[in-house]
Amino acid sequence: MGAYLRPASLDEAIAAAGQGGWMLLAGGTDFYPARVGKPVRENILDITGIEELRGISDRGDAWHIGAGATWSDLRKADLPACFDGLKAAAAEVGGVQIQNAATICGNICNASPAADGVPPLLALSARVELVDRGGIEDMPLSKFILGNRRTARRPDQIVTGIRIPRRPAASKSAFYKLGARRYLVISIVMAACTLDSDENGAITRARVVVGACSEVATRIAGLEEALIGRQIGSGLADLVDHSHVAGLKPIDDVRATAGYRTEAAAEALRRLFDKLEGRE
Amino acid sequence: MMDGDRQAGLAGRTIAFSVNGSEVEVTGDPMRRLADALRGELGLTGTKIGCNAGDCGACTLLLDGAQVCGCMVPVGQVAGREVVTVEGLEGTDGMNRLQEAFQRHGAAQCGICTPGMLMAATDLLASDPSPDRQAVMDALGGVLCRCTGYQKIVEAVLDAAAPTSVAAVAPEPGGYVGARVGRTDGFAKITGRAQFGADGFPADALWLRVVRSPQASAKVELGDFTEILSRPGIERVLTAADVPFNGFGIYPDIKDQPVLTDKVVRYRGQAVVAVVGTREAIDALDLADIPITYTPLPSVTGVVEAMADGAPQVLPDRPGNLLIDGRVRKGDAAAGFASAACVAEDDFRTAFVEHAYIEPEAGWARRVGDRIEITACTQAPYMDRDETANVMQLTPEAVRIVPTACGGGFGGKLDISVQPLVAVAAWLTGKPVATVYERPESMMSSTKRHPSTIHAKFACDRDGYLQACAMDAIFNTGAYASWGPTVAGRVPVHASGPYFVPNVENRGRAYFTNEPPSGAFRGFGVPQAAIAHECLLDDLAEQTGLDRLEFRRRNAIAVGQETACGQVLKASAGLGACIDALRAPWDAALAEARSLNAKGGRWKRGVGIGCMWYGIGNTSMSNPSTIRIGLKPDGRFTLFSGAVDIGQGSYTIVPQIVADALGVGLEHMDFVFGDTDLTPDAGKTSASRQTFVTGKAAELAGLDLRAQILRAANAGPDAAIRIEGGRLVVGEEGSVIDPARLPLRDDGFALMGEGTFDPPTEPLDANGQGVPYATYGFAAQVAVVDVDPKLGLVKVRRIHAAHDVGKAINPTQVEGQIHGGIAQGLGLALMEEYLPGRTENLHDYLIPTFGDMPEMDVILVEDEEPLGPYGAKGVGEPGLVATAPAIFGAVRHAVGVRVRQAPLLPHRLRELVRQKEGV
Repeated sequence: MGAYLRPASLDEAIAAAGQGGWMLLAGGTDFYPARVGKPVRENILDITGIEELRGISDRGDAWHIGAGATWSDLRKADLPACFDGLKAAAAEVGGVQIQNAATICGNICNASPAADGVPPLLALSARVELVDRGGIEDMPLSKFILGNRRTARRPDQIVTGIRIPRRPAASKSAFYKLGARRYLVISIVMAACTLDSDENGAITRARVVVGACSEVATRIAGLEEALIGRQIGSGLADLVDHSHVAGLKPIDDVRATAGYRTEAAAEALRRLFDKLEGRE
Repeated sequence: MMDGDRQAGLAGRTIAFSVNGSEVEVTGDPMRRLADALRGELGLTGTKIGCNAGDCGACTLLLDGAQVCGCMVPVGQVAGREVVTVEGLEGTDGMNRLQEAFQRHGAAQCGICTPGMLMAATDLLASDPSPDRQAVMDALGGVLCRCTGYQKIVEAVLDAAAPTSVAAVAPEPGGYVGARVGRTDGFAKITGRAQFGADGFPADALWLRVVRSPQASAKVELGDFTEILSRPGIERVLTAADVPFNGFGIYPDIKDQPVLTDKVVRYRGQAVVAVVGTREAIDALDLADIPITYTPLPSVTGVVEAMADGAPQVLPDRPGNLLIDGRVRKGDAAAGFASAACVAEDDFRTAFVEHAYIEPEAGWARRVGDRIEITACTQAPYMDRDETANVMQLTPEAVRIVPTACGGGFGGKLDISVQPLVAVAAWLTGKPVATVYERPESMMSSTKRHPSTIHAKFACDRDGYLQACAMDAIFNTGAYASWGPTVAGRVPVHASGPYFVPNVENRGRAYFTNEPPSGAFRGFGVPQAAIAHECLLDDLAEQTGLDRLEFRRRNAIAVGQETACGQVLKASAGLGACIDALRAPWDAALAEARSLNAKGGRWKRGVGIGCMWYGIGNTSMSNPSTIRIGLKPDGRFTLFSGAVDIGQGSYTIVPQIVADALGVGLEHMDFVFGDTDLTPDAGKTSASRQTFVTGKAAELAGLDLRAQILRAANAGPDAAIRIEGGRLVVGEEGSVIDPARLPLRDDGFALMGEGTFDPPTEPLDANGQGVPYATYGFAAQVAVVDVDPKLGLVKVRRIHAAHDVGKAINPTQVEGQIHGGIAQGLGLALMEEYLPGRTENLHDYLIPTFGDMPEMDVILVEDEEPLGPYGAKGVGEPGLVATAPAIFGAVRHAVGVRVRQAPLLPHRLRELVRQKEGV
């Protein structure tokens, strides 16, 4: 049996983390399933008692999702349309029980290739806020997740939040999840996008991401380029072709074959745009 | 700061929080799961644990008003917060409105998911007092149910929000049969009072955990356990040497599975040793610390490897890995095929399917003198008794089995699991010993549905009348025999389908592999065979140009016709009536599909039909039930029924039958269920037999006691019995019997009625000819599906299920069985595939959720069975059998692909579509 610390302040947590040897815990929804029938022997630094890490706030240049914010907090938050995709992902995370406990930051720290939050967060160009005794480090999510269950977080660092840089008011987003059943399902393929457009409705900046088809969710750069200048509502799905998913490296597993995933990724992208445009 | 500090730091620290409005304090490890603390320290066992991984939602409770999984909240996080569990729901008058709605609608079957469902619904109704169907599904979608198919749960929650017309039922004697009587165990299950396998352990019980093999085939060497035994609180490590007779199995002559491994493991998950100690010591133990060496041996996976020349032999006494080879032959199949106008033939495959009852195996034992008492969840108390006695080398009478509420079984709790382990441990330590399987342990160790490899051929004449069929069904029975002989025996009998076929050549074989033992699972192989015969019937309908429903109607077996076994059906063959009842929804669905598909779009609508039959009770084997009903001196009645209720309803249906037979209402009865010391043997809850077999015994017992009462009162056969102030007032004349003045029997009763029924069957000869069953259940189901061919997705929209049940003793329970069967049939068809080492949890092994289930429309056909109680026969398994074939037929209708492999996972369906399109 290890130690258990549930500090009330971030300073206390940072001081403890600085000593090393701690495992950070928030919602527990990835922690406990990995320990079924096994004793918990790690030293646990439980960050859910830290008031300042809770909540989702508008910080002017960016939105801030605190390390204690749950998927349900996100679903209830009053956020602009560019968060619709992330909110849609939130509704697909486990069941309501999981959404009420699991945190968005926990999702990225667990770094599962099938993490529902990662594609929409990447599409929002999310940045990760890491704090240690030396101060704050701010890094893009794309640099933070290194691989299957590997992140750039050092053991003495605490992820205190995710920063979502402010997007233009016309920015839109969407999320599409493909699973073998409804509710409580690990994704076979996911797709997410955030599209900014100018006053004439032409796309000025596109971020398109596919999840569960590679170790880390992958931006589809070719498609992003193809979207520039297009009108939302013009049938963006028609732009998707197989070259866009050729670079994915899906695996064969109990949920699907690699070949299926590659083909389904292209189809998921089409469905994603149809959803964004309100078709079918 | 490090090791030991957590304990030390908390020795003087308690965690205080509120539970159901009361302030409580707990001490100890703050990282222990809240559900464990509630159940253990606080004794609130209404919160159930199904997986400890957030996959099933059984432990759902409210934390500060929001639903969470109690299994994933560290108790350290709840300091100062408010917890509400099922025990906190009750109103002042007992059940609250939501709970009452669950009872009226039959929303609880086995009851293990009920507390979780109620808590999720409570969360919903607090924020949305008038939710719609979708909102209910979204809010409850994180809780799995394996029994109900969810429909009655949704209806109950909607009813609680806006009461509907479903009223509570309180019949008069004579009106019980056919009435929607609420479950007699409903109150206990809906309020969290019911004790399941893991709920009632004595405070001083030792705990036991089993070390299981990570290898499928290996030589095992046990290490030195000195260090493990030196740990505080560890009492023993049980090994094969501690087990008096180290073999068990369903058949009296096949005791091939060891309780604990002696030298060789034959499947991943096989029990190797068991550690016994205090709860704290066992919880602190990492089973990986126990020194055991596995040296891999050659391994056999799948029947193709098992049947190959020179294949490694799984069991030393089973050359060629063959367990059984059974046949049914009638007429001349070769001649039938030769002269037929149309022939269809193909190969089919199905996978291991896991029962996935939400309650993992659990129970405890204590030694009482020279007897052993085992309290555990089970489907078969008397079989458990005899098996445990054999393992312990005691007489059967020296073993007592006390069944707890059983949180789902479906065939998986027919084989013993925890029973011999806790029995041996309690015997040797002299202390009560308890165990609860973890979910992965339950999944890796328990039996599965037999994977099948089937070759089948059917033929008909120009008018669509079947002329011949041949099926060769090969089953993977895993490492040990379990129910393999039953499956391989039942399938050839049923493989011609519920049709009249003059020429039959059916074969069923089972082979051993180094995979989990395949056992009993709702349908005993018949669902696998039905996938094959129904696909081929669709082929023949296509070849003859007949409508698929009409094709089946022409061939539906009827009274006066011969089965494949040469048995002439004498009564209650209602398939024709079932099909007729589906004609209107079938035609409407086909028309709807045409119009929808003409509009185009991503989803293609399809409609399919599947038919089934199922022999009720054991195959050509005696399977009697005995029921007793006694009149006590105080004027109350006690019903003794050994038929355990695993959710299917026998604790309600058997009393209903007795009430009408005896002519006395249930309010005058007490019940004693399942305990082998107290109740006579009513056989196992299996083979869809309890309503038919035990129900008939119950009718006879009720009639027997009634006759005794009428004789004592000198009253005529139609006399009514009233109970007034502990005395019986009989007939119009009002003869009064005071039971206190009747001579007392040795058992303390004034009068005792008894009934025994054993369905009449005859042995099958070498060609499988004979009378394997006394009666058969029949059904036809129509599935309406939408298929997304680009992604290989199937969404089942509706199932119209017409079932000939003889007589529905309790229509709510019958519908519940059919709904639940459809859910499992849908899972079998579309998502369930157990892969050892890969899907040993409920997030990699998928079962249907709220969102996967179609609207289910049940049509009850009552073609009465003269042998059954009030005309009833069984329905437990029939609900499942027709569903997968109907879904596959509908997929084929939608997108034109023949489905020959289950489950039809998205990537498999996409591949079929690609092949068809030539992509």
